[in-house]
Amino acid sequence: MRHHPLAPLSFLLLPLALYAVWVIYPTFATLTLAFTNWDGISPTSEWVGLANFERLFADRIFWMSLSNNLRWVAVFITIPTALGLTLALALNRNVRFDRFLKIAYYLPMVLAFVVIALLWAWIYHPRQGLINSTLFHLYGFLQSLGFDVNPLAARRIGWLGDPNLAMWSIIAAASWQHVGYVMILYLAGLKTVNTELLDAGQVDGASPWQLFRYVTFPQLAPVTTIVLVITVIQSLRAFDLVYVMTRGGPFNSSNVLANFMYIEAFLNYNMGYAAAIAVVLFLISIGFIAVYLYRVVQQEER
Amino acid sequence: MRRLVLIAVWAGALLWLFPIAGAFVTSLRTQQDISAHGFWSIPREISFRNYAAAWERGRVSRYMANSFIITIPSIIGMLALSSMSAYALVRFRFRLNRPLYFLFVAGMLLPFQILMLPVFRLTNQLGLYNTHLALILFHTAFQIGFCTFVLRNFMRTIPMSLFESAVIDGAREWTIYRRIGLPLILPAFAALATLEFTWVFNDYLWAIVLLSSDRLRPVTAGLSTLQGQFVNDWPLIVSGSLLAAVPTLIVFFALQRYFIEGLTMGATKG
Repeated sequence: MRHHPLAPLSFLLLPLALYAVWVIYPTFATLTLAFTNWDGISPTSEWVGLANFERLFADRIFWMSLSNNLRWVAVFITIPTALGLTLALALNRNVRFDRFLKIAYYLPMVLAFVVIALLWAWIYHPRQGLINSTLFHLYGFLQSLGFDVNPLAARRIGWLGDPNLAMWSIIAAASWQHVGYVMILYLAGLKTVNTELLDAGQVDGASPWQLFRYVTFPQLAPVTTIVLVITVIQSLRAFDLVYVMTRGGPFNSSNVLANFMYIEAFLNYNMGYAAAIAVVLFLISIGFIAVYLYRVVQQEER
Repeated sequence: MRRLVLIAVWAGALLWLFPIAGAFVTSLRTQQDISAHGFWSIPREISFRNYAAAWERGRVSRYMANSFIITIPSIIGMLALSSMSAYALVRFRFRLNRPLYFLFVAGMLLPFQILMLPVFRLTNQLGLYNTHLALILFHTAFQIGFCTFVLRNFMRTIPMSLFESAVIDGAREWTIYRRIGLPLILPAFAALATLEFTWVFNDYLWAIVLLSSDRLRPVTAGLSTLQGQFVNDWPLIVSGSLLAAVPTLIVFFALQRYFIEGLTMGATKG
């Protein structure tokens, strides 16, 4: 179709200008900031070469944060993903009250991470919290049956205060939110599954598991790719929950890269160092962004 | 077997609702009551006093207003701008069409951390630091990526002949965009607006990076002030948190279909 050569530009100028200033330029600017010692306040900064990265790779907190991010990814791509898929499969058929059931799982998705963080900080609270109050009564019941447990011990479990538990407690709260999201994506994907193939499989006497494994699941492959990419990216950029619930503590046991970076940048004013952390986070994510882009490119060619 | 699965789904659903239901019950009780008798005890007294305290003394009313002041213009801005860019990408053939499209898609997946420090510096240089405008501009710009992606793919399902006939009528391009393009993408607008409302309204990171005054904070950032102000008064903190969730819950229940469409549009179509 023919059009004035400048017509596309007239439509793209404003959105692209804004996008360039607030998204494209900052992405590249971080890459250069990482080689300086900017403190966030001074108008100038010095070029320090690879010093920030050398310091980073020798920093114990960096390795702890990175390993916590990897744990987060490992849990996220298995438990909430499998749960979300299972729920989608169960709710995709005619189930009574399916709207209510779906809403129950969607609901956490609508809440702000700060709200989730505060609700779960209360749930995990040693004395006032939901979990320990429940355990207290459970232990009391077990004790009355003659078991050797002390109900007061339930009030000493520090879900967020114990370095061995804090990270897992935060990941559990995050999973509570993530399951609904995975379920929505799979429910949408299941609508595209070819039911004729399923019927044919059933006629041939395939078991429900075989139908899922060889007919349904392969057809869900595009959704699975999206779910995995989004899940990994979510786990890598996780910040709000950690910052509000523990600030990364106790003793950095629940620190993650995004929280570590924020603290270095805005509490310690080590902007150059923080930029180096951001660059590492970016380099880890870039592979997953590429997978997503590759899929979009493929769709374009179809 | 099916029975067992159903029972598990029901049990899970109740378990999933439990944190919210439990928080609501706690919000109606007093701190002394909860800390002395624990959650599983009969409330001595039930009142909405914690909500009133969070709303007034905790300044949730102010924070909530700020959230709307930031969210509404951001949504209008991102929809207006991304409908323009999506229109250009669908309607015109030019060499940079594909690369620009991929640029928008790539941007929507960036970890925020890679943008954070230069955006902070930029707002300082432009004199926008600690203003609502900084947040509005940033949210608008950042979400252009996702919105363009969704709107472009939605627009591609519109038959081109609708536009062609207008060209033959001699209508100018901007008139076609306004008279034909915009009305046709209204359903996508609804879905995007619902989704973006929850995203922008729920943002916390950018609010604490780009604002320093407490009186300008949106409700997410305000809640952390509340937590500091009422340390250990969990019924009150929980009340504030539930209040902060009300607008997004209303939007979700009123526009549920659009919300889910918006989420899946980005992921499965295209």
